[in-house]
Amino acid sequence: MTFVAKPRTHHPLLPVNELGLTRRDYEGSVSTLCAGCGHDSVSAAIVQACAELSIPPHRFAKVSGIGCSSKTPSYFLNKSHGLNSVHGRMPSVMTGANLANRDLYCVGVSGDGDSASIGMGQFAHIVRRRINMLYVVDNNGTYGLTKGQFSATNDKGSTSKKGAPNLYEPIDLASMALQLGASFVARSFSGDKQQLVPLIKAALVHKGMAFIDVISPCVAFNNHNGSTKSYEHIRQHGQNVVNADYIADHEEITADYEPGTFEDVSMPDGSTLRLFKIDENYDPHDRVSALNYVQRRGQEGEVVTGLLYVDPDASDCHEILDTVQRPLNELQETDLCPGNDALQAVNESFR
Amino acid sequence: MQPTDIQNPNYFHKVVDCQWACPAHTPVPEYIRLIAQERYTEAYMLNWDSNVFPGILGRTCDRPCEPACRRVRTEEKPVAICRLKRVAADNKGDVSDYMPRVPAVKNGKRIALIGAGPASLAVARDLLPLGYEVHLFEKDPYGGGMMRSQIPAFRLPIEVLDEEVNQILDMGVVCHFGEEITSMKAMLDMGFDAYFIGTGAPRGRDLDLPGRSEVDDFIHIGIDWLSSVAFGHIDAIEGKVIVMGGGNTAMDCCRTSLRLGAESVNVVVRSAFDVMKASEWEKEDAMREGIPIINNRPPKEFVHENGKLKGIVFECVEPVEENGRLKYVPSGEPDVFMEVDHVLMAIGQDNHCPWIERDIGLEFDKWDCPVLDEITFQSTNPKVFFGGDSAFGPENIIWASAHAHQAAISIHLMCEGKDLKADRPPEGVNLISTKMGMHEWAYDAAHDASGRNLVPLVAQEAALDDVKVEVELGFDQVLGAAEAQRCLNCDVQTVFTENLCIECDACVDICPMDCITFTGNAEEGDLRKRLTAPAPNAEQDLYVSEDLPTARVMVKDEDVCLHCGLCAERCPTNAWDMQRSVVHVPQLGSFAE
Repeated sequence: MTFVAKPRTHHPLLPVNELGLTRRDYEGSVSTLCAGCGHDSVSAAIVQACAELSIPPHRFAKVSGIGCSSKTPSYFLNKSHGLNSVHGRMPSVMTGANLANRDLYCVGVSGDGDSASIGMGQFAHIVRRRINMLYVVDNNGTYGLTKGQFSATNDKGSTSKKGAPNLYEPIDLASMALQLGASFVARSFSGDKQQLVPLIKAALVHKGMAFIDVISPCVAFNNHNGSTKSYEHIRQHGQNVVNADYIADHEEITADYEPGTFEDVSMPDGSTLRLFKIDENYDPHDRVSALNYVQRRGQEGEVVTGLLYVDPDASDCHEILDTVQRPLNELQETDLCPGNDALQAVNESFR
Repeated sequence: MQPTDIQNPNYFHKVVDCQWACPAHTPVPEYIRLIAQERYTEAYMLNWDSNVFPGILGRTCDRPCEPACRRVRTEEKPVAICRLKRVAADNKGDVSDYMPRVPAVKNGKRIALIGAGPASLAVARDLLPLGYEVHLFEKDPYGGGMMRSQIPAFRLPIEVLDEEVNQILDMGVVCHFGEEITSMKAMLDMGFDAYFIGTGAPRGRDLDLPGRSEVDDFIHIGIDWLSSVAFGHIDAIEGKVIVMGGGNTAMDCCRTSLRLGAESVNVVVRSAFDVMKASEWEKEDAMREGIPIINNRPPKEFVHENGKLKGIVFECVEPVEENGRLKYVPSGEPDVFMEVDHVLMAIGQDNHCPWIERDIGLEFDKWDCPVLDEITFQSTNPKVFFGGDSAFGPENIIWASAHAHQAAISIHLMCEGKDLKADRPPEGVNLISTKMGMHEWAYDAAHDASGRNLVPLVAQEAALDDVKVEVELGFDQVLGAAEAQRCLNCDVQTVFTENLCIECDACVDICPMDCITFTGNAEEGDLRKRLTAPAPNAEQDLYVSEDLPTARVMVKDEDVCLHCGLCAERCPTNAWDMQRSVVHVPQLGSFAE
């Protein structure tokens, strides 16, 4: 627990975004997580992504469940809407928030315990419902808050801090999200912001369910030699398949890239997602082959990272339900109750 | 870039901007912490050890430390370092037990100091505890030199001056006051083992303009006039006064005139306001007392009638920047005539040593300054050393202290028969961890964002009524404590240990100033552009680690680091530690650690 307050003073050359805000204006309170926790880097990446996208904080909703990961919404965007909900029930609350106000940038933060164990049903169904949101899992493979038991995403054979091996097969949330119909699926590493920040930006502007599984080492209980989710292990075994570069619509594309090595994907807000295929055989638009690839490499002990799958033309829950364009929470009684004459006309049509 | 060598004493010394900028390298953050702990006596002694005159300098220093202060770069206004020094001096207790002991049995070496100004006094202080017999020669009946004769009492009360001068004289200096030295040759014949000349830059410049010689009675050389005021020979000035010049002496002249009954006082400067030599705060002090400063007016001629000065004609110019330098061209306005009864000339001063014969093996350069070694302060006569203004021209008291420490080392080495350069003691640095527990540090790491405190002043009527009433009241203990909190503790260094780092990015994420980056190594110019925040200030170093397991390096830009300790606080492996650096600047008889 850090007792020194983070000074408000910032670098004199800190850039200002379109709203006149600096990155520091998107921060939350100082983290109470263990020093060195990967989750803090995920929070920092969300802060940076939101600042660079010039997201108005009041249009940002952050919801979480229970666990170390679910504490993190306190540590970013403290001027936004937030709710720390019940264990594993973030998806229900987020669904409600998104249905009530479709104009919100919805970000749900969950952990491997919160999503892959107690909230597994909730996770499956929010993906299936295609809520327009970013679902982030801070995945450290351990129950840090209860002192280091294996979680459901912990790899078979990976050991505890004391050396006892895990006997069960892991749940791969990214594969599940692919299988359940998420239209944007990525995996990243808390220690690689160059990869993570563009992914978060793209996921935030993506229309539909965007899921990012972030391997985020638990520095206290799962960062040892027998762990497959330690800083060192991920740096050695992480395998990037598709790098994403987020290019805002007002930015001129000037960087020199080798022709043929990338593909541009138009995003709903007019921006561009530039995909660099590290592995030529990988197709980020083919759900089935992506699933195959991730699973096969996983069997070989590799952790596939990067943008695994994207469907830029996906629809979201509001389109499926054909709701009005105005956020439901703005509709007044006069909008919702058309009056007696309209009711009579409807009744008349059934006679 | 090569990994930073933090064993080099200069690396961390440079991070302590104030201490680095101070000619005497006063350990500023350390004494400010002592003030915050209400340990005023210790704070005073720490100052006394390095700059010799804390009470005097706390009122009069030219403060090279303040423009260097990191807060100028992180916010705007520096810590009021100088006025905190005065807090230590004003609130100190009995210091006699802290004074170095002077041996009763001498070492047999006799040293002559000529001129009883700050430089000679500081040499005396450094040499006396080593058993030297020190003789001090001064033409005036008191010690203090220009601190007494040129700094008006409303800025530096006599009691403060006497206290700190006597502290040294009472250590056992053999004083020869009221004895003007008229021949260096005769001095050398007296057979001292070494001679130190600290006679200042005693000749005020004059201005040879049409009419000048006819109005001698009404034109006074600023430093001589101030000296006459200080010694009570002059206690009034009548009529309209014009002070010519834009330095600190001009500011002292105009404010003194106002107190001695002048009908009106104007300062007229040939150059622009921003480039005046006077310290910013001294200009502010003069203007606050209602004294106009008129710029861009070079004088043309003195107008007189029947042997009496009537006024001065000034030309009107304006500054034009040409190749980065200011040039003055006629502005086209007609010449200005200003009525005046007395003129005070404060346009600079020069070295002047007519009493040193030019045939005794002591060379002077074309500006009539002695030829000296810049490190040892030894002249071309190996037994003769210079320091203070007499060495390289007019400077400030703090420079005199700095020169004196080096000259004293040289004198000691020479008397010991050692080489003045090869045997000079080296600089050093000690690093001491401030970590006391999981989240406890032996310094106040929290950042205080409050603005600079203003020094309270006496009521202006009372100040202008009496030349001896000190204008500044100084910070009281409460204000002093508040101002002390503003210090960033730059001497508590961020020390990085590569082999402990797990590259978790916690320090990068928490750093409020975006000082830390993990990236591939490159040349400095390239690296400066690739950091989390750009580092355009090339005067401030980059702290570069050895290669890390990912083949990256840690790069920290020292420029705007707040030394808040959050990197160390959030580091899971103690790869970052906050360590207090104690810089050892060689000095004779230093007791501070």
